[in-house]
Amino acid sequence: MAVFGKDTEAVGKFAGSVPVPEFKETSFSSSKPLDQAKVAIVTTAALYREGGSGFELGDGDFHYETLPREARDLTLGHGSVNFDRGGFAADINVVYPIDRLYEFVEEGIIGSVAENHYSFAGNQSDTVSEIRLDSGPLCAKEMIEEEVDVVLLTGT
Amino acid sequence: MCPRTLCTLAHVFEAAGLCTIVITPMREVAERMKTPRMLHTVFPLGLSLGKPRDREFQADVLRAAFELLDEATGPVIRKYPVTISPTDHQPISCSLPPRVNTDVHPAVDEAQSLKKAYDRAHQKNGRTSVGMIMSADKIPEALERFVKIVEGEHWEEVGFAPRSMYPTVQDIRSYYEELACELAEGPIEPWATEEWFYDQTEAGKLILTARRIMRDNKVEQSVWFGLAPAGRE
Repeated sequence: MAVFGKDTEAVGKFAGSVPVPEFKETSFSSSKPLDQAKVAIVTTAALYREGGSGFELGDGDFHYETLPREARDLTLGHGSVNFDRGGFAADINVVYPIDRLYEFVEEGIIGSVAENHYSFAGNQSDTVSEIRLDSGPLCAKEMIEEEVDVVLLTGT
Repeated sequence: MCPRTLCTLAHVFEAAGLCTIVITPMREVAERMKTPRMLHTVFPLGLSLGKPRDREFQADVLRAAFELLDEATGPVIRKYPVTISPTDHQPISCSLPPRVNTDVHPAVDEAQSLKKAYDRAHQKNGRTSVGMIMSADKIPEALERFVKIVEGEHWEEVGFAPRSMYPTVQDIRSYYEELACELAEGPIEPWATEEWFYDQTEAGKLILTARRIMRDNKVEQSVWFGLAPAGRE
């Protein structure tokens, strides 16, 4: 029996069959030019700052953590054993490309790096309704107040 | 299920007026959810930007992601042209310490001997993922509990609090995988630290043995299943 996380075909079948919420419409916003845009990262890797309380195991924790852009003392809170954890152990940027964003500002590709970035737990209820109706909109409101234009979404 | 949560957040954020780009290998989820913008990366799970410690590669993935903002309408899904296999890679080169204290189980001795390497990694990186349930100082003690299971004691009588075995193993793995990244020469390839941990270290082999024993003794699957990736023997 192959290790699930390394079996591309099995992962694809799982992704094709897992229940997903229905979105009747796709909102599609437009941004100011990228070289003027403020960019934030939102990750579902359940990152939190070392020493923090982190995320609960299971699918009932829909809160999010705020990651100030200076913070590098980040813990990987995603508890699944079915993904490669060595990449993050070696380099946080492979999940949370914060240093790359600073380089993109220096190169004039993006306008600025948001003051805060955000982290959710990827394991949520099948309906994802708590994220959809509660913590997701709250996080969006915070980013809009911080004048974020573009959100890069990464996971594990 | 990370990609489902990612795609849900993308919808929520776009509806609030933000532009989003999802980077994920799970195209099947993004397609079914009509995700606004998705860069389809055929990379192993856990490696969103593809290659750790490879600044140029990560930057190229990000440039491809940002190019999706040029599209006037969506949903838009574009495949990143470079793929990374989860299986076609070199093992990490990371030597293990010789026995020092023969009075304790080899896994306990090994974990004690590796503490300095872990501390170096922690200090150098300024971070650690050890701490879900215990500090690094407690790793040898946690391994002693698995030794007792292998020696025949019942898992409920070796000192594990309810539902604590799974996060205990996560902490042990983080301890080993972080120090492996410190000790290893060359790139850290996909799944290489996981394979090193379970196939080569005394700690990993001990945990796999304890897992097999609990499975064979008909212990409830939720207790032992998550002590190693699904499908691992």
